[in-house]
Amino acid sequence: MTEAILVAFLIGTIAAGMPLMLAALGETIGEQSGVLNLGIEGIMLIGGYFGFVAVLMTQSFWLGLLVGTLAGVASSLIMLVLSVWLGLNQIVVGIAITLAGSGITSVLHTQNYGSTNPRLGLDTPWKIPFLSDIPVVGPSIFSQPGMFTVALLIAAAVAWWLHKTNPGLRLRAAGQKPASLDAAGGSVLRTRSLAVLAGGAFSGLGGAYLALLSTGAFTPFMTHGLGYIAIVVTMLARGRISWVVVASLVYGASVAVGTAIQLTNINLPNDVIKMLPFIIVMITLIVFARSAYIPPALAVPYTRGAR
Amino acid sequence: MTTNMQLAPSTGAPQPAPSTDAVPQPKQRGRGRAAVDVLVRTITPVVLALLAGALVLLMLGKDPLQFYGDIVYYGLAGNGWQNSMIAMAPLLLIALGLIIAFRGKLWNLGYNGQYLLGAAIVAGFGPDILVSFPLAIGIPLLAIMAIVVGAAWTIIPALLKAKYGTNEIITTLMMSFIGVSVTNILVKGPFQDASVAVPQTRELPFDGMLPYIPGTKVHIGFIIAILMVLAFHFILKRTSFGLRLDVFGASTKSAKHVGIDARRMTIVIFVLSGAMIALAAAIDIMGLWGYLRTNWNPAYGDKILPFVFLARLNPLASIPLVAFYAVLATGGTIAAQASNLSVDFLLVIVALILMFMTIIEYIGMKRDLGQSYLPQGLRQSLRLGSVGRKKQ
Amino acid sequence: MNRADLHAPVEGAQNEVLVRLEGIGKVFPGVVANDDISLEVRRGQVHCLLGENGAGKSTLISILAGMQQPDSGHIEINGARVAISSPRVAMDHGIGVVYQHTTLIPTLTVLENLMLGDTGRLPLDRKGAMKRLKEVSAKLGADINPNALAGDLGLGQQQQVEIAKAMWQGSKVLILDEPTSMLTPQAIAELEESVNRLKAEGLAVIFITHKLREAYAIGDCVTVLRGGRMAAYISPEELSQYDEEAAKKRILEAMFGDDIDNVSADQAEELAGATRAGQDHDADAAASRPVVLELRGVSSHAGRMEIGIEDVSIAVHAGEVLGIAGIDGHGQSALAETIAGQRSAQKGAVLFEGREVTKLGVRARQRLGLRYVTDDRLHEGIVGDLSVAVNLVLKRIGQAPFWKRGQINRSAVQAEAAERIAEYEIRTPGADTRAGTLSGGNIQKILLARELSHDPKVVVFHKPTYGLDLKTVHRVREAVRRFAAEGGAALLISTDLDELVELSDRIAVISKGRIVGEVANDSSGTSERVGELMTGSTREPSLA
Repeated sequence: MTEAILVAFLIGTIAAGMPLMLAALGETIGEQSGVLNLGIEGIMLIGGYFGFVAVLMTQSFWLGLLVGTLAGVASSLIMLVLSVWLGLNQIVVGIAITLAGSGITSVLHTQNYGSTNPRLGLDTPWKIPFLSDIPVVGPSIFSQPGMFTVALLIAAAVAWWLHKTNPGLRLRAAGQKPASLDAAGGSVLRTRSLAVLAGGAFSGLGGAYLALLSTGAFTPFMTHGLGYIAIVVTMLARGRISWVVVASLVYGASVAVGTAIQLTNINLPNDVIKMLPFIIVMITLIVFARSAYIPPALAVPYTRGAR
Repeated sequence: MTTNMQLAPSTGAPQPAPSTDAVPQPKQRGRGRAAVDVLVRTITPVVLALLAGALVLLMLGKDPLQFYGDIVYYGLAGNGWQNSMIAMAPLLLIALGLIIAFRGKLWNLGYNGQYLLGAAIVAGFGPDILVSFPLAIGIPLLAIMAIVVGAAWTIIPALLKAKYGTNEIITTLMMSFIGVSVTNILVKGPFQDASVAVPQTRELPFDGMLPYIPGTKVHIGFIIAILMVLAFHFILKRTSFGLRLDVFGASTKSAKHVGIDARRMTIVIFVLSGAMIALAAAIDIMGLWGYLRTNWNPAYGDKILPFVFLARLNPLASIPLVAFYAVLATGGTIAAQASNLSVDFLLVIVALILMFMTIIEYIGMKRDLGQSYLPQGLRQSLRLGSVGRKKQ
Repeated sequence: MNRADLHAPVEGAQNEVLVRLEGIGKVFPGVVANDDISLEVRRGQVHCLLGENGAGKSTLISILAGMQQPDSGHIEINGARVAISSPRVAMDHGIGVVYQHTTLIPTLTVLENLMLGDTGRLPLDRKGAMKRLKEVSAKLGADINPNALAGDLGLGQQQQVEIAKAMWQGSKVLILDEPTSMLTPQAIAELEESVNRLKAEGLAVIFITHKLREAYAIGDCVTVLRGGRMAAYISPEELSQYDEEAAKKRILEAMFGDDIDNVSADQAEELAGATRAGQDHDADAAASRPVVLELRGVSSHAGRMEIGIEDVSIAVHAGEVLGIAGIDGHGQSALAETIAGQRSAQKGAVLFEGREVTKLGVRARQRLGLRYVTDDRLHEGIVGDLSVAVNLVLKRIGQAPFWKRGQINRSAVQAEAAERIAEYEIRTPGADTRAGTLSGGNIQKILLARELSHDPKVVVFHKPTYGLDLKTVHRVREAVRRFAAEGGAALLISTDLDELVELSDRIAVISKGRIVGEVANDSSGTSERVGELMTGSTREPSLA
């Protein structure tokens, strides 16, 4: 295997893994608090689209990522009001958000960019001194856009927040036994509200990462099930952030293998490559069927004193 | 996990003394009043969604009146009504497949993969089978082949759910994505028509397609679909299987308690659901399309979803609602082209119906219970002026 | 220790009123839960709140805890009027609550559970929490391991943690809601000790119970609630004048009012837990009758989160009630479900009238006459969205005469429903009413009607009176007794020792999925011996 292929593989792994990791971090926060957000796919598309528009208008990738994050927060407001405040069925509301997100971004993209299909350039990478000179890992891992480093820092921060802080403890309690949090003087409503907004922010950011940094363009329906895979990762990770990171990178690798193979002489149909990650996810689900776990109060609206 | 089908929270009544005889009762109403109520609850979300959709259209710089007018015109006028009826055939069957699954409280969201694989089988083997066998054998044979494949595609999620309780939303979706890719591989590979440059299957012989209902251009798939809906309406409402399905859907705990084999039930429900969805594909290919292209995915299930809920998982009630969507889709596709709008705008409308439906259901439920529309927490935070509480 | 010692007033700022409730009223749709209730809670006093299920105790507590808002009346704390708008506000006022159902989160450690109410700085303050835990456990006289998972604790220890949690923020008023309902007699004694200790520390304690005996033993004063109203207040002065008999009589009258004429005095006393019931059960007579249900070395495990049963051997004779005592969650559900056929046995054999039925499912066993009245009435026993009529035939789906050629025979179902509704006096607007809208008592009547009709031979009653009002409790117990008297074999699984002693001929004790012993219920002192078995032979899981 040549060095070029290895570099391409590593870059591909990160490009495919980071959006998933961010989305799965968001979903983890939501799920730990007891909210299942099936709208993550739609939220990612909205984050991706508006981030993309922002970069086209300002040429700033950082601004694009910020706009994507905010768009994610805005679209998760629907989940917040309907599912957390009114206690409406989280699955139905989630599906609605996904449909609305994919529909509206497709409509907008077709209307505004359907004929031109603009692409973004490359974000200037942060070349980390010395490390970026190492062969293979240098030009791949240590020459990533700054957001890559920020994303890893976010993962570490979420891990700390969830397991070492008071609000993190309250968040986990809201997902395990909301009545206990209520009795202990915490607010289930507020905890879950913030979790949903944070989840929306990270999903939107993940979508923006996908469009701006991994792909360099927005295309309708471009997430292609990534949001659902984020839910799988969340289910398997059970709140352990290190697992989220590793699982996302494994997924990234499974995507990158396909891309790397295309650089070799092996002839593999594109559809097989597209299918590969889903097959891997499915096999993982079968193997770990016993240990996939979700908080007991997931998707159960909280009503004080309800039987 | 709890995959609750209830749209709004169940009686959120604060725990009254559990033993008192006067548990909050929904207000008793006359039958007529109740019927009107159901009708209002069904129609209101649709109307609100169309109004909200109009706002979105205005923001996009389109004329909503023009757009909605076009939908009605192209969906009904001229041959529109016939096209809408043709569109109804697969939609009814997919709705039925979803109703069966949802009544059992199983979220089969893998409809796209199940549909496309069924379609691929019919389009791939159809040209040969329809010329080698008499139609009376060939057509049912193809339908059965599609059904077997569609049902088989639900088996892994069904087994995982039955055995380990693995969330079927995720597994059916994953299987669906795989199914979509497998369909493409099939159409570009073994099923490809070598004589055409674009990857697609050979076309079914025109004589082998489903015949029209006499006097119309609507194929008999429409009648098959209606008959299936009626048959399942009877099965669900009157037979012991129907009641077992409802008990299972209401609570797996109760199901076990009364001796229903939960594992078997899970598998039966999934298989039936997948079968109906694949049958929809068979009828659609044999009645309307005649061949299959790559990367073609009508995603009927996504769009029919809210109407299945609006029908309250009642097969009979799904007929008029599916008819409504068929007109919306038939007219909407042409109307979108006319307005230079992406057809995916229909997704937005459908999503809006879903959202308004949950809200209306919520309001209705609260009204029945004689409670305030606002949940206590929200009411409280409004009273205090902020979501947060001031520390004493 | 005699009563005078226990109830000696605490030195210092005694009798200072900490909390005053004035004319509290609360109405839920269709139910008046609290009507004009006033009471005072004083420092260094245990104020007992007594009343049957549904008397309004829980509502009153949730109002004090900030979970509910009163519709009328007001609350004063230290003489100042306050609105307890949330649990947080209640905590800030020094009100700590130990709820009837545990609020501990099983997957978190004890320390994490305790820190849940902390609002301090962002990072978790483990060190501070450890220090606080030491202080609190010293007050309680308890030894609590901070790093154990809450789910691994025994019930007695869970209760200690609950109390520690309630006192975490420096509570001045401690509310204990039915704290004894799950405890063994020995654990109850320990709890009483802790309460007295806290009282001596100057705390005010509100002690809620539906058992008269406990109220008398532990309370300095007693308020009796009935139907949401105050039926009586017995001041410390008044209480100290009574001897045990007089106090009991006074409280009973308050609890039952006019109803006392309908139930005999003995029954009322039993129901109110006034006495340790002991009945003459002639175990020898039952033993000579044939064995109807037998389990031989049965083991059954299910999920990792719950206890299964291990090598269980029991036999139930015709015409007898075999009681199964044990702390909740020690394999009772697995036992009941294995007998009913809802859960398969991995080892051993289940025999019905001498015939092995281990491999038969629920429906086959039901037809043979093996019935199960489940403890989860609302979510397992009935399907709330289906009608009362359908729920009454729920275990016979597909069977004649209710189904003919696969089709439901509505007239047969209606006829059956009408008959059962009349026989069991199920209070429902109609046979077509959704079963879920009925009260707990009437839902239980549906279960009894379904399981006890059409030739039952063995019936497993699982916590059959839990959470019911006294009249229904009485009715259910009567049904169990009558079933056995008519030659049926009854297995009564309960966590209520008084109930077991009242009804059973023999009592077997289950602990961690094993039958650890059996006591013949033929003399007084049965409950002490059962209690010893529950804790003595196999101790609660250690905290290490």
